[in-house]
Amino acid sequence: MIRSLSLTERQLALTLSVGLTVLGLAMAAAARQGPMAVHGGMAMALGIVLVFAVGGALYDPDVTADRAGRYYDDPTRFGIIMSLIWAMIGMGVGVWVAALLYWPEATPLWPWTGFGRLRPVHTTGVIFGFGGNALIATSFHVLQRTSRARLADAVSPWVVLIGFNLFCVWAVSGYLMGSTQSKEYAEAEWYADLWLVVVWLLYFALYLRTLARRNEPHIYVANWYYLAFILVVAMLHIVNNLALPVSLGSTKSFTIWAGVQDAMVQWWYGHNAVAFFLTAGFLGMLYYFLPVRSGRPIWSYRLSIVSFWGITFFYIWVGSHHLHYTALPYWVQTLGMTFSVMLLVPSWASAGNAIATLNGAWHKVRDDATLRFMFVAAVFYGLSTFEGSFLAIRPVNSLSHYTDWTVGHVHSGTLGWVAMIIFGAIYTLVPQLSGRERMAWPRAVEWHFWLAVTGTLIYVVSMWNAGITQGLMWRAYDQNGALSYSFIESVQAMAPYYLLRAIGGALFLSGAILCTLNTRATMRAAPEGAVAGDRPLTPQPAE
Amino acid sequence: MLRLHYNLEKLSMGLVAAIIVAASIGGIVEIAPLFTIDKTVTIPDDMRQHTPLELAGREIFLREGCYACHSQMVRHLADEIDRYGPYSLAEESAYDHPMLWGSKRTGPDIARLGGKYSDDWHVAHLIDPRAVVPASIMPAYPWLTAPLDIETLSTQLATLARLGVPYTEAMIAGAAHDALAQSRPDSDGAADVAARYGEGVAIRAFDGDPARLTEMDALVAYLQSLGTLTAAARETVGQEMAK
Repeated sequence: MIRSLSLTERQLALTLSVGLTVLGLAMAAAARQGPMAVHGGMAMALGIVLVFAVGGALYDPDVTADRAGRYYDDPTRFGIIMSLIWAMIGMGVGVWVAALLYWPEATPLWPWTGFGRLRPVHTTGVIFGFGGNALIATSFHVLQRTSRARLADAVSPWVVLIGFNLFCVWAVSGYLMGSTQSKEYAEAEWYADLWLVVVWLLYFALYLRTLARRNEPHIYVANWYYLAFILVVAMLHIVNNLALPVSLGSTKSFTIWAGVQDAMVQWWYGHNAVAFFLTAGFLGMLYYFLPVRSGRPIWSYRLSIVSFWGITFFYIWVGSHHLHYTALPYWVQTLGMTFSVMLLVPSWASAGNAIATLNGAWHKVRDDATLRFMFVAAVFYGLSTFEGSFLAIRPVNSLSHYTDWTVGHVHSGTLGWVAMIIFGAIYTLVPQLSGRERMAWPRAVEWHFWLAVTGTLIYVVSMWNAGITQGLMWRAYDQNGALSYSFIESVQAMAPYYLLRAIGGALFLSGAILCTLNTRATMRAAPEGAVAGDRPLTPQPAE
Repeated sequence: MLRLHYNLEKLSMGLVAAIIVAASIGGIVEIAPLFTIDKTVTIPDDMRQHTPLELAGREIFLREGCYACHSQMVRHLADEIDRYGPYSLAEESAYDHPMLWGSKRTGPDIARLGGKYSDDWHVAHLIDPRAVVPASIMPAYPWLTAPLDIETLSTQLATLARLGVPYTEAMIAGAAHDALAQSRPDSDGAADVAARYGEGVAIRAFDGDPARLTEMDALVAYLQSLGTLTAAARETVGQEMAK
């Protein structure tokens, strides 16, 4: 990784590593104790490791002159590895906390590992760790191929990836130590949030600079989605996380938002994290890897324009559907519901466009598990967006809200759509980056596919049953006009569903473990200096 | 239209600008009106702030992630009002940075929990939930018997005051003192707590031991305060029932 940097770039990397060490030292010194001091120590340790790694290779032979004629894939490779490591952590914790709901007495009696502290470790681990790394890694790949240009520089991709992973580690270890803002999917404290803003702006700058070097007149649709992902996530992250720290040396901060306004900002963020992190970015992935793998062009260019702008414009309105029947003004709830229903149009346009793209390649879907991952992803995308619009309708929401139906809905999107498209992309990319025809263990891909599909179905179906049962039990009245069930009876009724859910999750996790081992085997078997055989960097003259 | 887009695709900054515009409108329409919240949500006369001890309890509630399973928002649906109590009003969480309305009820809603159970019940339940509710799936929190850190309470109150929560200078300066006194009804400071935060504030040894100020004291004080900061919700629902 350091060998791919030129001498001046190594000097810059060394300076930045020293800077990180100093920053960590300053944080630790300012905080003196508590999570922020530990996090300062982590940054310092990482900085020192990087100083030694870069410093030790500072005077290795310089890069060869033909570097500019090749794509820069080392960051992508690193991002994929980090993504899979986070998948193990995030999904592993997910299965563990799912099991705790069935065997609560298995909770160890020490503070760090209670359900409440582990739950954000699961969500941050899978959304940001697994999903985020996969998005950044694939975006670098897609950006270069569709622009036919090398990344604008060699240092900033590393700053983005290492910085992003430092954010994830800070966030997750902070929750274990009891440091949290308690805002769902934005639990990390103020200094981690500031750090992410810096990383994200660098990511955005790198994206634009590389686009500026493109050798194609048009910006391909996948890049529109990646751009929307980068831009809108920055907007959401900054506004939702505005907070006043108790002091500059304190881990603790208070959000500037209060009460009903905080609720609106939180769910404007929360639902658009779903929209722009878990949807837009992954649609970018779909729009590139599905045509590449199936060898078919995107079915309709017009439909992709309509669905892109529909998603970008409509999604922002829908967050208030999380607050039906609450103290939020009624008209805002109604707007959220209306736009949620309208959102079905661009969502299904995307899903339909993806599935129609496979026309003429159905035999490949049958034979190729990798392409099947992408096909299933598109199907689940269509299913969960339909379910989402349905659940946003006020009377439906009165039953489903606060129940496990929501959890089932989220997982039909994250397991069925997001994770499946990531696995599809990984199985396409890893052999290519390793200079191989296929994954090291092709049979394992097939196994992974069926484990993932079975796990998702068991998970989602058990949570549908759980949620509807809960919702119906909570609102049931007997003939005398009294509530039929106490709350604890509804908890007892969940036991079989919670057990099934843990089993479904465990199946999905075992598939992901196979994927990780397979990726490791494939990357290890890569011949030295293997380069991806793919689109030429600059357009070739016509023959 | 297609022609326009055909050209837009050639301009990265054009795409950037268009994305920002398209993605801003909805948020502006829905969030901006809430900046007039001071005019639309009136704070009831009897509304009080959390005491320093309750605030410390709230921090423990956040730290342990209790909000992941317990909402604090009774929706205006008949079965919720029957099960939990009067539906929640916007003004009740006006001082909450952040709000804790929640999104999932793996356990019951606790917006109206204050006064529903005894302190002893809460202590026993937090130390071992299944000793009190055999079918409970809540984790145990035996470490809450640790001493409470009250050093930073003053700066926390000061920060909240800067964000608009009406903590006076006396409240900020006396935060640590008040936290201790609220759990020691016989101490000299107990009268100060009542004077500063109102006669309705519960002043007692929440964990049963006035000699030690523990995290349990703080958390139970917070749980017992839920839904008791103002009587506005009870009155509103009472008036609606009368009609």
